[in-house]
Amino acid sequence: MSATAQTTAAPGLTAARPSRVAGALAGLSVLRAAVLGVLGLLAVAGAWEGYKALAPEDGVVIGDSRVLPRTTDLAMPHVWDMLQRLGEPVSSLRGAAPLWQVVADAVLVSLKVAAAGWVAGTAIGLLLALLMARLRIAEWGLLPWIVLSQTVPLIAFAPMVRSWGSRIEIGGWEWPPWMSVALIASYLAFFPVAVGALRGLQSTDRVHTELMHSYDAGWWATMRRVRMPAAVPHLLPALRLGAAGAVVGTVVAEVSIVYPDGIGRMLVTFAGQASGDPEKAWAPIFGAIVLGLVAGGFIALLGLLLRTYRRGEAP
Amino acid sequence: MKKNLSRRLAAGAALALAATTLAACGSDDDATADGDGLIPVTLQLQWLPQAQFAGYYAAVDQGFFAEEGLDVEIVPSGGDIVPQDALANGDADYAIAWVPKVLGSIEQGADLTNVGQIFQRSGTLQVAWADSGIDSVADFEGKQIGSWGFGNEWEIFAAMAAEGLDASTVDIVTQDFNMNAFLQRDIDAAQAMTYNEYAQVLETTDPDTGELYQPEDLNVISYADTAGGMLQDAIWADTERLASDAEYADTTVAFLKAVIKGWAFARDDVDAAAEITVAAGSSWGPSHELWMANETNKLIWPSENGIGVIDEAAWDQTVAGALAAVNEQGQSLITEEPPATAYDNSYIEQAIDELGDEVDTTGADYTPADVELVEGGQ
Repeated sequence: MSATAQTTAAPGLTAARPSRVAGALAGLSVLRAAVLGVLGLLAVAGAWEGYKALAPEDGVVIGDSRVLPRTTDLAMPHVWDMLQRLGEPVSSLRGAAPLWQVVADAVLVSLKVAAAGWVAGTAIGLLLALLMARLRIAEWGLLPWIVLSQTVPLIAFAPMVRSWGSRIEIGGWEWPPWMSVALIASYLAFFPVAVGALRGLQSTDRVHTELMHSYDAGWWATMRRVRMPAAVPHLLPALRLGAAGAVVGTVVAEVSIVYPDGIGRMLVTFAGQASGDPEKAWAPIFGAIVLGLVAGGFIALLGLLLRTYRRGEAP
Repeated sequence: MKKNLSRRLAAGAALALAATTLAACGSDDDATADGDGLIPVTLQLQWLPQAQFAGYYAAVDQGFFAEEGLDVEIVPSGGDIVPQDALANGDADYAIAWVPKVLGSIEQGADLTNVGQIFQRSGTLQVAWADSGIDSVADFEGKQIGSWGFGNEWEIFAAMAAEGLDASTVDIVTQDFNMNAFLQRDIDAAQAMTYNEYAQVLETTDPDTGELYQPEDLNVISYADTAGGMLQDAIWADTERLASDAEYADTTVAFLKAVIKGWAFARDDVDAAAEITVAAGSSWGPSHELWMANETNKLIWPSENGIGVIDEAAWDQTVAGALAAVNEQGQSLITEEPPATAYDNSYIEQAIDELGDEVDTTGADYTPADVELVEGGQ
């Protein structure tokens, strides 16, 4: 048994306290990340404007296909025009809210739905992983179906979910449309979690489980003290994939089943208005990006909370 | 062998799960009156909330449905929801859809009846630049012609068939739901509805002049003037339920009466109708919405035989076009005449009779408003 193996034998038992130096370093690295993030945004904006200024107006066409896009204001509005449009009212209707606010509201709606889908998907994924880790027969029986589930095309599946949902009525309670969207989001989210968590739960070194065995620890104690902590480095990327899946599922399902209040729907309606108001069509695209960033940031926070268990993870 | 067994067990478990889930989905098809004594009705639209459907939203807003004892829920589409499928599946009680699309569904086994032909004429255009040399469908030959697909393309193919053209001589290009491909001259002529996409062009600034594009900049071919013109927005009902469920048949007449009142309201107060659809969730600016409400009125009024009554000649032309049209993949929309149950004027005629002098159902004196478009449809 090597020295490193010994230190990770029961990672749940020892929680390393970060020293003050480490805290200062962490603060610095947050600042560095923020600066890098802003620089990245500026670089994208600069590349956009640079391409728009330098490339031919009609883009680059090879043969019959355009390999580089047009640079007209219709195809690529100026960055400042898009930002300015965000501050203007969404339409000339009296009392219309500014565009950014309408987009932010839609992002918030989608975020809630995606979060509900992610939580449900993660719970189902974890339960499935636990079941499969407990019973070999469950793994043999379930895993192929779990993989198969992801081959069902969303556009075939989504209207069916809506149709079922619209018929569910228990007592006075009716199935709200947002739950159909969340269900589809969870359908995309549970898969990476189930597979990743199972892989993680099975990743324990044999010596550790044998050690627990020698303590006469039961299955559940071994699971809690050894397998679960050891699964964290596998679980976090799976949760991140799940979050991405939940966001994509939410946006696509909103379009597919016509859920009106979210960012997915807004992407389609504003794209339909892009001829006369090209800047407006970009606003929900920015909104969707923010949605993805928030979801990713949430998982990063989760990783911070679970950092005790992440020592084995490659940096 | 053991592996096989475990797989079967898993499959069994999955089936059992599915069965319990389905069992939880109780059916609420029985159209019994709810708490306030109104009969719940679901209307499935074929697109997002917008002034194209102003009459239905006005009937909700003005309480016309409630007057007829109905509690109507309007369900928008625009994604993967096909209105006639939703109706055939029992998800909706009535659906708004174009006639050619539903004729295709009927041939594939859906049992649906057109009970109200709200739009009396086609609103589809093919818009080309004035300098394109495209003045008629015959000029499509060798050109890139935009089309949305999704069943919206059959008028194009029917009109082409009447001119002896097919997809081997005309390049049909799938078009987005905005006019950018046309504005950037990626396609020679774009499909456009009078009430929507045509206005989008006229709301766009011409980079050469700095002013909005004008109708003079465009050559507009209206399918209503061609052999390809087909009937569009109609109210569809479930044929089998009409025959077997007397209450549904009565509800249909009540529903149509409220719809007629709604469209008469939209005709007589086009500004209010546009405001109602904006309030109902249309994301268009007020000027575009008003344009749409006004152009939609033009497709309905005047209605010589009364709003919603199916004109046999127009129906026959639609069927003939649907039979003649062959798309770019060589497929036909329908191969035989639709059944006699595909339309039935008795419900709409009864509704018009019962309304009597209460509502002007022909709109003989209708004069459209003059709507000014502004940049971006704001």
